[in-house]
Amino acid sequence: MDEILSLKNIAFTYTPDQPEVKNAVEDVSFTVYEGEWIAIVGHNGSGKSTLARIINGLLFPQQGSVSVLGQPMNEENLWDIRSKMGMVFQNPDNQFVGATVQDDVAFALENNGVPHKEMVKRVHEALAQVKMEDFLDNEPQHLSGGQKQRVAIAGALALRPRILILDEATSMLDPQGRAEVLNTVHKLREETGLTVLSITHDLEEAMLADRLLFMNGGRKFAEGTPQQIFDLGDELVKLGLDLPFPIKMVKLLQQQGVTLEGGYMTEEELVNDIWISNFKK
Amino acid sequence: MDIELQKVSYSYGVGTPFEKRALFDVDLLIPSGSYQAIIGHTGSGKSTILQHLNALLKPTEGTVRIGSAIIEYKKKPKDLRPVRQKVGIVFQFPEHQLFEETVLKDIMFGPMNFGVDEKEAEERARKMSKLVGLPEEVLEKSPFDLSGGQMRRVAIAGVLAMKPDVIVLDEPTAGLDPRGRKEIMELFYKLYKEQNLTMILVTHSMEDAARYADHIAIMYNGRCVLTGKPLEIFSDATKLAEFRLEVPHIIRFQKRLEARLGFSLPKLCLTEEELAETLAKAVKEREQ
Repeated sequence: MDEILSLKNIAFTYTPDQPEVKNAVEDVSFTVYEGEWIAIVGHNGSGKSTLARIINGLLFPQQGSVSVLGQPMNEENLWDIRSKMGMVFQNPDNQFVGATVQDDVAFALENNGVPHKEMVKRVHEALAQVKMEDFLDNEPQHLSGGQKQRVAIAGALALRPRILILDEATSMLDPQGRAEVLNTVHKLREETGLTVLSITHDLEEAMLADRLLFMNGGRKFAEGTPQQIFDLGDELVKLGLDLPFPIKMVKLLQQQGVTLEGGYMTEEELVNDIWISNFKK
Repeated sequence: MDIELQKVSYSYGVGTPFEKRALFDVDLLIPSGSYQAIIGHTGSGKSTILQHLNALLKPTEGTVRIGSAIIEYKKKPKDLRPVRQKVGIVFQFPEHQLFEETVLKDIMFGPMNFGVDEKEAEERARKMSKLVGLPEEVLEKSPFDLSGGQMRRVAIAGVLAMKPDVIVLDEPTAGLDPRGRKEIMELFYKLYKEQNLTMILVTHSMEDAARYADHIAIMYNGRCVLTGKPLEIFSDATKLAEFRLEVPHIIRFQKRLEARLGFSLPKLCLTEEELAETLAKAVKEREQ
């Protein structure tokens, strides 16, 4: 599998002149392979956002290196490397520049000198991929939150990135908007095998990933499949994350003295467990 | 302090080609000391209502009564300062409004703006920052060096320092991690219980509305279409779907479980803890 993004022993501090202040990110290494969906999870202040800024070269780490497609990132190749990464940020209202949806999606293409004919084609394709092709001439500010984020994803896709980075891209949306965006990303992966890195504290989003990196206090606390990470149980709760509903419910029921098998992540299994362990006699 | 909306309508941009009606004949009474949730889909008029609650907007028709102050379109309000001091709004992403050099100064700004002297303002700021769980050592820091969750606490302390009777919360947990979300919601609940405040929570989280509110109003297309206690509101999933809302996750789960078990539990549960308890009781009864 091709390596898309790789971080090696990254350390970063916002206050290099104050050595007594703890680093915001300390000794973080990980690799994202082609076609994977990786989620970086952790509570507010765990170093997630700093890591996102390091990945797209807004911040340069004091130690360690970031490589994209095997190429170490530096100030010379930064722009070239950024064009391989499509970023979608938290606040949908802060990332619109075009007066219409299609202008907005075309903006980065124009910036990158893509010829007009090719540009039109890519804009239409990208908007079709996020099911927003009927909104070409709409004004972005009149769209719903979920629609705005889908347009932002289209803007990123139009550049044909090798990796799509979602930096808390669903955290400002209502439940319906969140579902819209997650479905879009899920479909894109099925259809095109797109590599995705999402930075999130939304459990539903994290559970869709192939692999989770769990950040705490600037360090990588754990890494594994969603099942492996959520098996940490109480430790997750102590570190500010929630547990998936079935795991939480099993715990609450066991505290009340109800016999259960446990050890699963779907509601269906929970319903069956409650039935089989307690009522089917 | 009661807040009452009577036949309130509101249009943005009156007299311009962009005039757009956002509220239609809204009647809503929020009695002093209650915990009221206002829920609705994006664009339902929740935010427009919110801005009427401390006279940031004046209704284009109808009357808003905030305590003894009457807010009407034609009437020139005398002095809105007391109203604004009594009704504190915690806006969405309140940390965006921080601006002072230090956390302490930022929290002191509100009360001083309302004429409280410096000493008293500082006392209140220290007290409120403790109440919201800010460690002492951050008070002299720049608010911009804090994490998102801490910045939000600073903003909330700033609102509390004005000693409002009513606190209006606009999606207070958006963007916070699960622990931060729970801590903030529990904090408001504690304030509501201990300080005898009136709480108004504007949210699209059905779970928060179910867990904390004692009254719920549903907004849909600019109208207040349904009011009632959480159990009344959430027992009718079909009705909620008409307003593009879902029942809280825990209720959907209870229905699914009941379908599998083939019988109904004695009551509808609004929180996970309540369901665990109710189910445990049902298991014990069956064993006997």
